[in-house]
Amino acid sequence: MDSFSKIQMTVLSMFSTNGRGRRREIHFADRVFYYLLKAIGVGILLLCASLIIFLYKAAEPAIAEFGWDFFITNEWDPEAQEYGALAFIWGTVVSSFIALLISVPVSVGAALFLTELSPKWLKAPVGFLVEMLAAIPSVVYGLWGIFLLAPFVRDYIQPILGNGFGFLPFFQGPPLGVGMLTAGIILAIMITPTITAISREVFRSIPDLLREGALALGATRWEMIKVAVLKTGVSGIVGAVILGLGRALGETMAVAMVIGNRAEISLSVFEPAATMASVIANEYAEANDDIDLASLAAVGFALFFVSLIINTIARFIIWRVESKSKG
Amino acid sequence: MQVKTSKASKTTTAANSLESDNSESKTILTIRDLNAYFGDFHAVKNVNMDVDANEVVALIGPSGCGKSTYIRTLNRLHEEIDGATVSGEVVLNGENIYAGHADPVSIRTKVGMVFQKPNPFPSMTIFDNVVAGLKLAGIRKRSVLEETVERCLKQAALWDEVKDKLKEPGMSLSGGQQQRLCIARTLAVNPPVVLMDEPTSALDPISTSKIEELITELKTQVTVIIVTHNMQQASRISDRTAFFYLGELIEYDETKQIFMDPKEDRTERYISGRFG
Ligand SMILES: Nc1ncnc2c1ncn2[C@@H]1O[C@H](COP(=O)(O)OP(=O)(O)O)[C@@H](O)[C@H]1O
Ligand SMILES: [Mg+2]
Repeated sequence: MDSFSKIQMTVLSMFSTNGRGRRREIHFADRVFYYLLKAIGVGILLLCASLIIFLYKAAEPAIAEFGWDFFITNEWDPEAQEYGALAFIWGTVVSSFIALLISVPVSVGAALFLTELSPKWLKAPVGFLVEMLAAIPSVVYGLWGIFLLAPFVRDYIQPILGNGFGFLPFFQGPPLGVGMLTAGIILAIMITPTITAISREVFRSIPDLLREGALALGATRWEMIKVAVLKTGVSGIVGAVILGLGRALGETMAVAMVIGNRAEISLSVFEPAATMASVIANEYAEANDDIDLASLAAVGFALFFVSLIINTIARFIIWRVESKSKG
Repeated sequence: MQVKTSKASKTTTAANSLESDNSESKTILTIRDLNAYFGDFHAVKNVNMDVDANEVVALIGPSGCGKSTYIRTLNRLHEEIDGATVSGEVVLNGENIYAGHADPVSIRTKVGMVFQKPNPFPSMTIFDNVVAGLKLAGIRKRSVLEETVERCLKQAALWDEVKDKLKEPGMSLSGGQQQRLCIARTLAVNPPVVLMDEPTSALDPISTSKIEELITELKTQVTVIIVTHNMQQASRISDRTAFFYLGELIEYDETKQIFMDPKEDRTERYISGRFG
């Protein structure tokens, strides 16, 4: 923003040479500014396109070799020259799903607490803390995950889930600590500050007039929150969740450190797994031939598309919600 | 306190008012020693007022004099603001709404409120906006809801304009229509008293006169307490007028009396626009 206005000032001073026709000069400067912005916009699009093209070029040897099978088989064994990315796609989608399952209720609840219920003196410090949490580098979360979260999951969460719900296929197998569940939990912890902070802004932007409108109709506090805050803010919440989800889908370090890194598809969240991002990070340095590299690029390509598809679905949800309410 | 409420003058001048045949006027609201604060700031000072059923009371006074604050104590909305407190009594049909056991939620279903800016719920259709209060009260029966929507939209003089698009969002309406929608929404829970805080100040003249007309018609069913900046509006629609100044109720009397021959000098000066 700041550099934009500087540019605008420069452009203005460049063209305001004499006192004649000042309005036209400003008009002209506006046009220059307009084209500048347009160029930036087009530039972003081109950058995006070149990224896709680059990824595709890099991945082409693998896709040429294995075809669509690459994306729908789950044998990944570079030694044996077997490459199938399905386990990683599965790992990314499931770990992100677990993260949302945990994080969305917690985040929305925390944001509601901060805007609707919290005493005034608590709002600023807690809000600040939430924003700080969002700024912690992910490798720090990863370390914390290895040393504290994984043992905790192994000693407490997995035994409890296994004993209580072991009849479900999701909670079977030995408690290892590292695995899909731990990755999901650490992702949840990482995206909660993001979703909370944005949801809080969404709720804060809802005018008190709507809250009072609900109260004046005989709503209890909880009903007021439901009618005036949650329903009004739903598209904003979805937006917040998309941003959190974006972080979860692409998160690399912390996940690589706690997921166990095994290219297998299992219904049980106790089992080790791997995600698209984690496999790229883990294997890139050791990739020694072209097909290895191309396969990792193809995994990157898949990650790009999975993110794109999920984002598109989420945008569609927002669009539906908004067109329903604003007409 | 100089509250000039004289029952005697009420009955004499009421002779040519609309309810002249209805000489038995019943007090619906009795306000005693009402004070409202924002923290330490004393915004409404020791107000006493009686309001009869089925009358329209206008509250006038320079901005910042506490009209909104006062009206918001009558449905216990004032206390929802951080640090805001109230003392005194507001007796609605014999029940003090500030008694220890009184429940603000149920009081608000008896004292409805229309705000300065229209505030339909953005996530709801026209239909759902009207029945929002009924749904909060747990009423879900389709036939009841449909009947209420038609009745209240008719009362709010909006039915003809929206009857074919009840499924559209409330926000798709014009400002004046949205305000009438909010009036319909308020009426749907059948409150005996309706508070209105400058309901027309954000609206164009045509919407304003529609709402004024509607208030006059509503009088047969509800008691209306309306804050207005507009003297003509006060004199057109109200039976009694209260003049507030610096948080105090300076004068409260028959509207005619207030506008023709106010007893207080400050009222006189405000009404004639000579206020300094
Ligand atoms: N939320 C608030 N916090 C603190 N003071 C307020 C608040 N709202 C209003 N006030 C003050 O209370 C006084 C009365 O305000 P208000 O009732 O809104 O006046 P009116 O409706 O007559 O214009 C004003 O001095 C105003 O500054
Ligand atoms: Mg006001």
